[in-house]
Amino acid sequence: MTEAQAVPAPTPAPPTFPMPRACPFAPPAAYSELAEKGPLTPVVDVEGTAGWLTTRHDVARDLLAHPKASKNLLRPGFPALFPGAAALAGEIKGFLIWMDPPEHTLYRHMLAGEFTMRRVQTMRPQIEKIVDEGITRLLDGPRPVDLVHEFALPTASLLISELLGVPYSERDLFQHATGAILSHESTQEQRKNAFIQVRGLLSRVIAERTENLGDDLLSTLIRKYREADVFDHDHLVGMAVMLLGAGHETTANMIALGTLGLLQQPEALAEFKADPALAPKVVDELLRYFSIGDHVTCRVATEDIEVRGVHIPAGSGLIAPNAAANRDPAVFPNPDAFDIHRNSKSHLAFGFGIHQCLGQHLARLELEIVFTELFRRIPDLRVDGEVADLQFKDQALFYGLHRLPVTW
Amino acid sequence: MGETTMRVTVDHDLCVGAGQCVRAAPEVFEQRDPDGKSTVLQPVPDAQYQAAVREAAARMCPARAINIEG
Ligand code: HEM
Ligand code: SF4
Repeated sequence: MTEAQAVPAPTPAPPTFPMPRACPFAPPAAYSELAEKGPLTPVVDVEGTAGWLTTRHDVARDLLAHPKASKNLLRPGFPALFPGAAALAGEIKGFLIWMDPPEHTLYRHMLAGEFTMRRVQTMRPQIEKIVDEGITRLLDGPRPVDLVHEFALPTASLLISELLGVPYSERDLFQHATGAILSHESTQEQRKNAFIQVRGLLSRVIAERTENLGDDLLSTLIRKYREADVFDHDHLVGMAVMLLGAGHETTANMIALGTLGLLQQPEALAEFKADPALAPKVVDELLRYFSIGDHVTCRVATEDIEVRGVHIPAGSGLIAPNAAANRDPAVFPNPDAFDIHRNSKSHLAFGFGIHQCLGQHLARLELEIVFTELFRRIPDLRVDGEVADLQFKDQALFYGLHRLPVTW
Repeated sequence: MGETTMRVTVDHDLCVGAGQCVRAAPEVFEQRDPDGKSTVLQPVPDAQYQAAVREAAARMCPARAINIEG
């Protein structure tokens, strides 16, 4: 039964996931080769553990929404995205993103009401203010300027700090530490220390809120946790750490990459500048095009499962890189073209299944405001130097730019 | 397409409050407080929204919680 894949011998060793990107604006070239091998192909992770990868949008949805697909990265067989990834697991109490039902269901439902489109729209004035002040700082500062460190990271960081009520004075610490947690280049020791720093900061904020409940997100969660009789200080600290981690670098990376992407597409950019109402379409197409959380859409099979005629034994990694699914020509015709008029709504850059990004409406709104305002107030913004010299975050869990020097 | 009578329901045991339905067809779905689950505003969607509702059900709703009859 396990030999259902009648592959003639000798079988070449399965390729290793994650795979490198050759072109910074395209997914790893290996995905197109794997796409030709069928709906699912065997791969190994960086620790040599076996898994199955799909490049197809429909199969990705089947894997990511599968009732026997777990996101618990402690389970044997869960794809290791960097060596020793599971060693972090002790630090992640309260991380919704790695929970399975029924625990996931309980916490997701307590959080989801705070992240609906309607709720997120009420944050519009705060986001506009943060973005506005960020652009003013750029305009008042020296040129050229690195958009990543001087605009993208602080803007994204301020938004999450605002969401969680983190004191402004502690945002540098927070920004530095969340960066260290996510980078593949950090040592295990640095990651651990960064976790401890961020957690300490949030623990203080939550202790303070527990004493003085307000109407902010953390206070609301404290109330909901109490109502459900699950209030636990450390658990809520973990949840907050995860929200920071999930929302900061992702949005920052999209701000910088999206700005570059639009500068590289002068026709689309001109159209967008002339009609800012295109913002939602522009943002969804940028999300599809860059698929910055390509590696995050992984699971592990908790039982033997059958997907598209392939028998997948319990404990196999299930790998559905969203950069591949988002270039599936069956769903996105001429997928490598950047086209703000296409229907990109069903992209999988925010994942699929019960773990689909909780912060997606917030991220979209922030990105819509950022790109609209950035190009409205600095219409002749341009890259300072050669695009070929830019350093992309090839080693990080979330794809992005290390620096983006711009001028105007 | 628009000729059929379509009935839409959302399975609240499955819904995870991702709001894709609201993005696809805000006239037909709404996310309710406090848990963000989807409420159907138009159980029999107007013809002009039917294609969007089908797309939401088939490809966008991450929890596959939207059921369509007809
Ligand atoms: C452009 C920005 C962002 C991208 C590309 C992104 C991407 C993702 C991806 C790929 C997942 C995993 C989905 C899966 O496994 O199927 C995810 C989950 C999640 N994201 Fe985001 N995200 C972004 C912004 C945010 C923001 C701003 C927040 C919150 C403030 C956030 C909070 C979360 C949470 C809480 C989860 C876990 C949800 C769950 O497990 O139920 N994200 N995101
Ligand atoms: S898209 Fe699906 S999971 Fe999300 S709110 Fe609508 S019905 Fe619920």
